[in-house]
Amino acid sequence: MNEFLLDTLIIVIKIGVVFGLVIGSVPVLVLAERKVLGWMQVRPGPNRVGPWGLLQTLVDGAKVFFKENIIPDGVEPLTYRLAPLLVILPVLIAASVIPFGPPVKIAGREIPLAIADFDLSLLFFFAVATLSVYGIVLAGWSSNNKWSLMGGLRSSAQMFSYEITLSLSIVGILLTSGTFRLTAIVGQQSGGFWHWNVFLQPLGFVLFLLAAIAEVNRTPFDLPEAESELTGGFHTEYSGMRFVMFYMSEYSSVFVMSSLIATLFFGGYNPPFPYTFGTSWFDGAIGLFWLLAKIGALVFFFIWLRGTLPRLRYDELMMLGWKILFPLAFLNLIFTAILVALNWPGWLLGLVGAGALVLTDLVVSQILWRRRRAAG
Amino acid sequence: MLLVELIKGFSVTLRHMFRRRVTVQYPEQRRRDAPIFRGRHRLQRYADGLERCVGCALCASVCPSEAIYLEAAENDPTNPVSPGERYAKVYQIHLLRCIYCGFCEEACPEDAIVMGPEYELAADARAKCVISKKDMLTPREAGFGDYETFPAPRIG
Ligand code: SF4
Ligand code: SF4
Repeated sequence: MNEFLLDTLIIVIKIGVVFGLVIGSVPVLVLAERKVLGWMQVRPGPNRVGPWGLLQTLVDGAKVFFKENIIPDGVEPLTYRLAPLLVILPVLIAASVIPFGPPVKIAGREIPLAIADFDLSLLFFFAVATLSVYGIVLAGWSSNNKWSLMGGLRSSAQMFSYEITLSLSIVGILLTSGTFRLTAIVGQQSGGFWHWNVFLQPLGFVLFLLAAIAEVNRTPFDLPEAESELTGGFHTEYSGMRFVMFYMSEYSSVFVMSSLIATLFFGGYNPPFPYTFGTSWFDGAIGLFWLLAKIGALVFFFIWLRGTLPRLRYDELMMLGWKILFPLAFLNLIFTAILVALNWPGWLLGLVGAGALVLTDLVVSQILWRRRRAAG
Repeated sequence: MLLVELIKGFSVTLRHMFRRRVTVQYPEQRRRDAPIFRGRHRLQRYADGLERCVGCALCASVCPSEAIYLEAAENDPTNPVSPGERYAKVYQIHLLRCIYCGFCEEACPEDAIVMGPEYELAADARAKCVISKKDMLTPREAGFGDYETFPAPRIG
C-alpha cells in the first residue's frame, strides 16, 4: 500500500514538472519568436517591458487574463467552450511519453525521466497528438462564422494529408531500431552524434520535419489561421482566456513536436559526444540540458522558417502533401525495409537516403520549372 | 535546384539578424523633421509683437475641409493688434477636420498662418482638438523665425 502511494506521488510530481515545463516554455517561446523575427526584419523586437523586453509576454498574459470572455450570439455554447480544452490537452498528454533524461536513482529507486515509459509510447504520441484537430474543427464549427468554419475544415484536411507522411516517415526509424519505445530509441543513439538517426534516415528526417511543421500549423503551412484570407481562422470568435488557450497550444505543440524530433532524430538527451550516463541527479540534469539545447535549436529553426518562407497556397499545400511527400515517404519506407532486410550497414543506409533526397530535389525542381515555363 | 534556393533564402534572413537595427526608439530618440514638414499650424507675429493676421479670411475660404473658423474685428488705431485695418478676434482650427494640406499657408497674403513642426496631436477629447489663437500664436518671447527680419509695415 505504501509502495503504491509512493508510486502515485512520483507520477504526480512528474506530471506537474513536465506540464510545468511545457506550459512554462510558452512565454519563452513567444518572446523568442518575437525577438528573432524582429531581428530578421532589422528591428529590435519587444524591448520596453523589463530589461531587454523580458517581461513582455508576462505582461501580455496578465492583460489577456483580465479581458472579457465574450461568447458571441449564435455559437454552440458547449462545443464553443470545450474546443480550447480539446486543443491544448492532447498536446500536454502527448508530452508525457517524451524522455527528458536518463533514468535516475533516488533513494534506491530507479525513476525514468518520462511520465510514462512503455512499449508503444511512440504510437501513443501520434494517437493522442492528432486529437487536437478535433478541437480546431469544433472551434471552427461552433463559432457560427464562415471564416472560422473554413479555417477548421482546412486544418482537418491538412492534418489528414500530412498525418500520413508523418507516420510513414518514422516507420524507417522503427525498422532500423526495431522498437516503438522512445527510451529505447534514444538509448540506441548514444555514443556521439554519428549514431544519431538523422544520419541513418536523412530522407525520413526531412519528410518528418515538413510534416511536423504542417501538423503544428506553423508557417509556411499555417493555412488554418491564414490571417490574410480567413481573418483569424478557427479562433476568430475567441477572446480572453479561451483565445490564449489556442495560442498556448500552438506554442506548446511546437515545443512538444521539437522534443519529439530531437528524441527521434537527434539522439534525445544524449550529448553529441560519447558519454555514458550513470543514474545520479547530475547525469539526469546533463541529459535534460542536452535535450533542451536541441529543442532550442529546433525552435529557432521553426522561427527562422517563419521569418523566411511565405505561406503556401491551399492547392500547393495539398499537392506537396499528396504528390510529393507521401510517395517519398513510401519510397523511404520501401528502401529502408529492403536494406534492413539485406542487413546493410547504417552508413550505407544514410548515403542512400541522402542520395534519394538530392535526386528528388532535382526531379521536383525540374517539374516545377517546366510547369512554370509551360504556364508562361 | 530547390535545395540550393532554399539555402540561399534562409541565409538572407540569417544575415539580416545581425544587421544594424533601423528602428528609432521614438519617445527618447527623434528623427529630424524635413524643413517643409506640415504639422500643427502657427500664427506668426512681427518682430515688434504685432500679429501678422489681418482677418481677411482667405485661409478659411480656401480650406478644402472647412476646418478654419474666423471672426474678424476692426483694429483700435491707438492700440492695434495687427498692422492692418482688421485683425482676427477669434481664430479656430479644427485639427480633426484639417487634412494638413497647407493651402491656408499658401493662401495667406500676410504669411500669418504657417504649418509648424508639431505632430504629437493626440487628445483624449474631441473638444481639445479645436485649437484657438492662444494655442497657435507664437509667443512674444520666442524667436520669430525667418519673419524677424521683416519690419512691420504701419498703415495709418
Ligand atoms: S492645412 Fe488645409 S485643411 Fe488644414 S486648415 Fe489649412 S487649408 Fe484647411
Ligand atoms: S491667417 Fe492669413 S489668410 Fe487667414 S485671415 Fe489671417 S491674414 Fe487672412
